[in-house]
Amino acid sequence: MNDALRLNGDLVDRARAAASAIADDIQQHIEEHTTDTTERATLRLLGIAGVNEIDVPLVNVVAEHARDLLPGGIMRPFVDLMIKTGTSAQEAAAGVAAGDLVLTEVPADRRAAAEARAVELAEEGVARIDAVRARRNELVAQTGEPLKPYVYVIVATGNIYEDAAQAQAAARAGADVIAVIRTTAQSLLDYVPFGETTEGFGGTYATQENFRLMRAALDEVGEELGRYIRLCNYASGLCMPEIATMGALERLDMMLNDSMYGIIFRNINMQRTFVDQYLSRLINARAGIIINTGEDNYLTTADAFEKGYTVVSSDFINEAFALRANLEPWQIGLGHAFEINPQTPDQVVYQIADAQLVRQLFPGYPLKYMPPTKYMPGDIFQGHIIDGMFNFTGIFTGQEIMLLGMLTEALHTPLLQDRYLSIKNAKYVFKSCRDLAGEVTYKPGGMIEQRANDQLLKATEQLEHVRDISLFKALEDGEFADVKRDPQGGRGFEGVFKITPDYFNPFFAALREGRMCGAPEGPAPGGAASATEGGH
Amino acid sequence: MLIRPYGDTRDDGIIQFSFTLPMPYSIKAADVGKQFLEKLGFHTVGIAECKAIDPEYTLFVAYGRTDTGIDPDEVKGDYLEVEEMDYYAINGLIKEKLGRKLSVVGAAIESDAHTVGIDAIMNMKGFAGNYGLERYPEMDALNMGSQIPCAQLLRTALEREADAILVSQIVTQKNIHVQHLTQLIELLEAEGVRERFVLVVGGPRINNAFAKELGYDAGFGPRTTPLEVASFLAQEVVRRHEQA
Repeated sequence: MNDALRLNGDLVDRARAAASAIADDIQQHIEEHTTDTTERATLRLLGIAGVNEIDVPLVNVVAEHARDLLPGGIMRPFVDLMIKTGTSAQEAAAGVAAGDLVLTEVPADRRAAAEARAVELAEEGVARIDAVRARRNELVAQTGEPLKPYVYVIVATGNIYEDAAQAQAAARAGADVIAVIRTTAQSLLDYVPFGETTEGFGGTYATQENFRLMRAALDEVGEELGRYIRLCNYASGLCMPEIATMGALERLDMMLNDSMYGIIFRNINMQRTFVDQYLSRLINARAGIIINTGEDNYLTTADAFEKGYTVVSSDFINEAFALRANLEPWQIGLGHAFEINPQTPDQVVYQIADAQLVRQLFPGYPLKYMPPTKYMPGDIFQGHIIDGMFNFTGIFTGQEIMLLGMLTEALHTPLLQDRYLSIKNAKYVFKSCRDLAGEVTYKPGGMIEQRANDQLLKATEQLEHVRDISLFKALEDGEFADVKRDPQGGRGFEGVFKITPDYFNPFFAALREGRMCGAPEGPAPGGAASATEGGH
Repeated sequence: MLIRPYGDTRDDGIIQFSFTLPMPYSIKAADVGKQFLEKLGFHTVGIAECKAIDPEYTLFVAYGRTDTGIDPDEVKGDYLEVEEMDYYAINGLIKEKLGRKLSVVGAAIESDAHTVGIDAIMNMKGFAGNYGLERYPEMDALNMGSQIPCAQLLRTALEREADAILVSQIVTQKNIHVQHLTQLIELLEAEGVRERFVLVVGGPRINNAFAKELGYDAGFGPRTTPLEVASFLAQEVVRRHEQA
């Protein structure tokens, strides 16, 4: 039932139409540009891995070597080199890194052959992703699908082995999704580190080997528990599409993958971010990965009561970009958050309004609901209750991915016991309020309905304003999170290239064609009848 | 006078604990927890909860009593004593005594990507019902955001002829914040400009004594409001101005 609140349907249509126009405008920019990380991701999709003698990834070495060729796309010259030298992609990349092989423009008479071979290689690359996705479907069918909402917790020790142990403990305590927080500042590295890592600051490096190690640990504990445990990481920062590639190959199940987060919160150049999010999302779409968007962050800088509507606007924009990148609704985990100041009278009433609004605006989307952080106190007992109200709001409004709050949020990365207590808190609230929402209706014209329509109106007006001035200008003006960004400024701008008319990258088409559809399905744990708890 | 924790009777010395031991739960787990607390010097230990949170780990919730007391008068430290003023008094002081805007530059430096601290103090909106420094008409406040290299922060402070620099350090894993804070001091000293600025640091693991030890003028810990920082800045900058 999705009409629990009577929303103004005209506003919903207007908001969606405005978001669509905003995305179309940017999509044109996206299609006229490429970036160094887009080309590096392309090389990774060919199967190239590894680093040179000074730990620079081979894909970076190749892209740097062929910088002048990037506006035409790396694929044609690279595949031509493979054909000329009779090498595999990995061998050719190693040859370039060693200085033995050189990438050049492809002469007209070699183009057709290079392109035909590149198309085959792109299909093979995509087939590798498909095989991983099929494996996930198989495992979920065998081990079982958890009830929703998914209980999502974070590990962040810096040491992948320690992370794996904590993740297994969390899964046994009831977690369904484990996110490995990245080490601080990885988003600003213009390369992806290589190999297993045991040192990090406030998190653990996202590397392909770390992905693989964590995946194995979660598969092991999932089998033990009879629930498929999902793994989440961050396809964000300066290497967004490369990390998406690694995640697709190592069977990550979720990726933080926002179209604007990097611009606003990491000062990554906006032209670059829009281009990068496109390929990263095409890859996630192909891989059956659920993306999570980062609107919750807006409310850590802007005020959640006054600027709650910016979350709604941004959800519409993220939706529009995600649909253009071939994601299905079940893969689009739009974000929002429980961040109104707990001192506000009727705080929870307003949070319910905001959460129910987003729920109704995006039916069929696995909404990602983020816990209180900004006003979490050092008094962990009080904090535990605030988290309980967050859990209540989540189950009552039918959220599907609940990132659990920690009672020690204001203090430190979660201790083992913090995670356990937090999961217990959530499980108690979810179970005890499972059918509550179905038993009550919202008062027509009451505080909740009024707040929801008011937020919807403000979001619609904002979206129409953004459409009129363009999203680039809106970001320059600080429309989101009160943060202002320069279209020519920020990190990674030097890696944005206007493409040549004969730009060639067969992965874009290959990723779209013949994609599998639908979410994995498996038996519910304990023979439960419904796969979803709570909500209207 | 010595005081002890107060449970429900004066001097009963009751303290509550929660901790996890890396051991599988078993019938003797409660005794392990109890004896551990006794080894720490607590007596009349009661284990309220003792259970497996995982096959390998056991969580304890416990109570114990201590005979140890403490005399608050004996506790001495380097505390920042600032006369807290209100928004209008701060602006008034700057206008009257400094005769120009007080210029302040703030940032979360080096790899620290968290703006929550510096935003709480500097952003227009402020924190806990207090306006941030950007709102003060007599301050020229620039919040540079996160991941600002020390050199860039210094360059900006010099360009703007800043009176004060605010540094936020949120991430403290493996003491990375100490490394960053030291780096800034060394840079200021190497450039011979340390004395030009009132240098302030804030963060969850910062206190005034620690900040001074690192070479800062003041340090602010958790729960600091913009008003406290603004009061300190106004008084300190005016004091230096009058001395000069």
